[in-house]
Amino acid sequence: MSIEFIYPEFEVIRDQSRCIGCRVCQRQCANEVHSYDDDLKILKSDESKCVNCQRCVSMCPTRALKIVKSDCTLRENANWQNNTIKEIYKQANSGGVLLSSMGNPNPLPVYWDRILINASQVTNPPIDPLREPMETRVFLGKKPDKIERGKDGKLKCNLSPQLELSMPVMFSAMSYGSISYNAHESLARAAKELGIFYNTGEGGLHEDFYCYGDNTIVQVASGRFGVHEDYLKAGKGIEIKMGQGAKPGIGGHLPGTKIVGDVSRTRMIPEGSDAISPAPHHDIYSIEDLRQLVFSLKEATEYKKPVIVKVAAVHNIAAIASGIARSGADIIAIDGFRGGTGAAPTRIRDNVGIPIELALASVDQRLRDEGIRNNVSLVVGGSIRSASDVVKAIALGADACYIATAAVLAMGCHLCRTCQSGKCNWGIATQRPDLVKRLNPEIGSKRLVNLMNAWRHEIKELMGGMGINSIEALKGNRLMLRGVGLNDRELKILGISHAGE
Amino acid sequence: MQLEGQVRIPSGCAIAAAISRDGKTMTGEKIMNAMKPMHDRSNGLGGGFAAYGIYPEYRDLYAFHFFFKDRASRKDCEVFLKEYFEIVKSEIIPTRKIPEITDEPIIWRYFVAPLKSMVSSAQVDENEFVARMVMRVNIEVSGAYLFSSGKNMGTFKAVGFPEDVGRFYRLDEYEGYSWTAHGRYPTNTPGWWGGAHPFTLLDYSIVHNGEISSYDANRRFIEMFGYKCTLQTDTEVITYIMDYLIRRQGLTMNEASSVIAAPFWSTIENKTDTEDKEKHIYLRTMFPNLLVTGPFSIVFGFRGGLMALNDRLKLRSMVVGEHDDMVYIASEEAAIRVMDNNVKNIWAPSGGEPVIVKVREGVNI
Amino acid sequence: MKRVYADEKWCLGCHLCEYNCAFANSGTEDMVKALKDKIVYPRIHIEDTGKITYAVSCRHCEEPLCVKSCISGALGIENGVIKIDKDKCVSCLTCILVCPYGALSEGDGGAVQKCELCLENSCGEPACVKGCPNRALVYEERCDV
Repeated sequence: MSIEFIYPEFEVIRDQSRCIGCRVCQRQCANEVHSYDDDLKILKSDESKCVNCQRCVSMCPTRALKIVKSDCTLRENANWQNNTIKEIYKQANSGGVLLSSMGNPNPLPVYWDRILINASQVTNPPIDPLREPMETRVFLGKKPDKIERGKDGKLKCNLSPQLELSMPVMFSAMSYGSISYNAHESLARAAKELGIFYNTGEGGLHEDFYCYGDNTIVQVASGRFGVHEDYLKAGKGIEIKMGQGAKPGIGGHLPGTKIVGDVSRTRMIPEGSDAISPAPHHDIYSIEDLRQLVFSLKEATEYKKPVIVKVAAVHNIAAIASGIARSGADIIAIDGFRGGTGAAPTRIRDNVGIPIELALASVDQRLRDEGIRNNVSLVVGGSIRSASDVVKAIALGADACYIATAAVLAMGCHLCRTCQSGKCNWGIATQRPDLVKRLNPEIGSKRLVNLMNAWRHEIKELMGGMGINSIEALKGNRLMLRGVGLNDRELKILGISHAGE
Repeated sequence: MQLEGQVRIPSGCAIAAAISRDGKTMTGEKIMNAMKPMHDRSNGLGGGFAAYGIYPEYRDLYAFHFFFKDRASRKDCEVFLKEYFEIVKSEIIPTRKIPEITDEPIIWRYFVAPLKSMVSSAQVDENEFVARMVMRVNIEVSGAYLFSSGKNMGTFKAVGFPEDVGRFYRLDEYEGYSWTAHGRYPTNTPGWWGGAHPFTLLDYSIVHNGEISSYDANRRFIEMFGYKCTLQTDTEVITYIMDYLIRRQGLTMNEASSVIAAPFWSTIENKTDTEDKEKHIYLRTMFPNLLVTGPFSIVFGFRGGLMALNDRLKLRSMVVGEHDDMVYIASEEAAIRVMDNNVKNIWAPSGGEPVIVKVREGVNI
Repeated sequence: MKRVYADEKWCLGCHLCEYNCAFANSGTEDMVKALKDKIVYPRIHIEDTGKITYAVSCRHCEEPLCVKSCISGALGIENGVIKIDKDKCVSCLTCILVCPYGALSEGDGGAVQKCELCLENSCGEPACVKGCPNRALVYEERCDV
């Protein structure tokens, strides 16, 4: 056995007493784990290729398959854990940077799970969402400092363009290229049906999807792929992507193998060429440059679109947000360090950035301290996992949440974290036509709609319990939150009391 | 135990109000009596009154009512005040010793005019200047609590049942054209006089029954504009919201109530009057953070009028009655009947629908 | 009448429809018992051209050639559904020859078998449609047949 050998991470357990030899596992595995032995008339597996995406497990009609973690381990060592050692072997073998996908999987604190929500008892009544109206509509965008009246004394509408959402959740940026045509179509259709928005990411907007423009946010990122006048005008809002929670401080790289056909056309780059997004925008080296880009985009779209500036949650996020709030941007999107990605260097994904809960709390407070909270709306993302995460985020001060991992999970993703391979068995993070077709947008969009409707119900239940019947009254309502098991410093940053106080 | 302001204390309450549209004055007796049948809505941990038109001889001066912990804090406070105000009159507020009210602080009033030079160097108008000074005094001067700061009006409050508080302050000896009253049922309080209601800022006073669920959303928003919620009560934050919307933003009373008790989106969408519809959409989009949810019934007092408002679901009782020039508002009909047994036209306003009563134009108030 | 329609755009060629069909018509409640180590006789089958795949099963034609050509009277129409009486079938296979879709086949035991929309088996609705993971098969009423 050679020195570079690493024992497979998973084992494919096939219950031969259940296997009927239908070979669906073999046909469905793009990694070619399963094979049929014509002589023995049985299916066999090569677990070294398995990424544990669970496609075969889900498709097997007799539940004859399961994937388990291999129990072949190195000698236990709390400091030099198995994974650490294996990564060293891999690097010693390849000399390369380790790549990973999706969000940071490490056991770092999830503050959402240390925050509890209030409910009304006796002194004021909870409200039953089945009997009373319960409102979840929000408007994102800058609010003017003062009202204005016309000569007749009537109020004048002096609002700048706003994004209207039926509930405070949007699908965050995932580019066409990093995810498939069918995944984009699912998101677009669901956003339209739900009255929310999806985000093109930095891959341009496929011509077939211009019809979903009223529910689209178009992104302008450092590579400027797919950006042209019609594109900017196609969406309801424009997002400038400065950074991403999974990989703050670095750009993106979509390999040439994925730049095929429509992806190349939509990105406006030659087929087969690597799409490299630089780490910075090369026209933005400082805050005043950002202001210029914000207003260039507004000029190009006749001041009809709100501009979102998306940044990764990093140490100095409060000051950065304060700068953005004064840059002419209408909305700030902050992406926490647990946010997902189609591919990122492992070291960056797992070690750079800060939790969204803390970033949100400090940004919201800072903008209030400076009296400029009304200049911008705040959207947060980076592992919003459930309706209760949404409620906690709103109560900490967010106007709305961005979700992407939850959305791809709804479409079938099983978080195997190998998007970078391009062989997504669920038809999401792939451009291979035979795999792309596995995601039927009719099913994908329906599941997204179901998920959001379920969350909306849960949000209403939680709000009703607090005696709140409109989401505005929850925004920044930190009194509705208590911490458990958090230290004084954490509570202070979150701006909440400890449970029992 | 933590003092009010260091901790948020929810409470239930009784409210009542009476106003003469002709600006005719009445003594405090009527409103004190109104609180008696609602005795069980209070628990003896707070009662208070706001009276408009009681200081006609000092009409143009700000009447500052203070609680002082001791003589030293009063002296400190006077030093502070003298830097910014001309003190025209300084006196103890007369009280009656009764067994029901004990442990009173030093209760003092000043009639003051802000120094013109100070106002102009602050680059704000006189009202804004005084409002800022009220916040500063309450934060910076230890042992002093300024709880009434309007012109030709005053607040009187204490720990006790409201009818006793009225007797204690000898309100039967004051004459005003508009009165509001409050009896408090806090769930927990060390019994601090400052925590009693009404809560006032400049001429605005609020008596409130309820516990709003939007409190911290409202508080954290309004604090951006220089307000400091030192008491952590609903009444305080609603007063600041009204001050912000009416005095600082210039909204009308009706528009302000469409912000704090906004109609549901479905109601707005069904409106056939396009102009009205657009106005409501604008107000909800412009001031989402000032929507107040949860149960409340409030009577908002201002110079020359009252406004009564319920939360949009009407989760608290409130009735209104009329008789000639008089308008009465109370948590319970019984309270109105005590004030005027021949009252006509009693109704319960719908949730979110303001009842605005103003003294006729031309009456010198 | 509701029929089973295939949409090659979404067909993954996974062949699950065949196994679900065979299982539904096996009369057994256990799929493993019904299909393990047996030759499977599905009434739907996947056509695979190498580029596209799609499932084929009886179209339940309004003027079916198979019924016309049946020499023993085994094939008949009942409420629009073409059914076969296996006891009458003499296995002449004429129907297989005439069906333009290739929707009939020889079943276990020699008699011809065909899709009867699972109306009488334990599934109650077409098992192929129910088990299709990508909605490449639908069971619906269409007017333009």
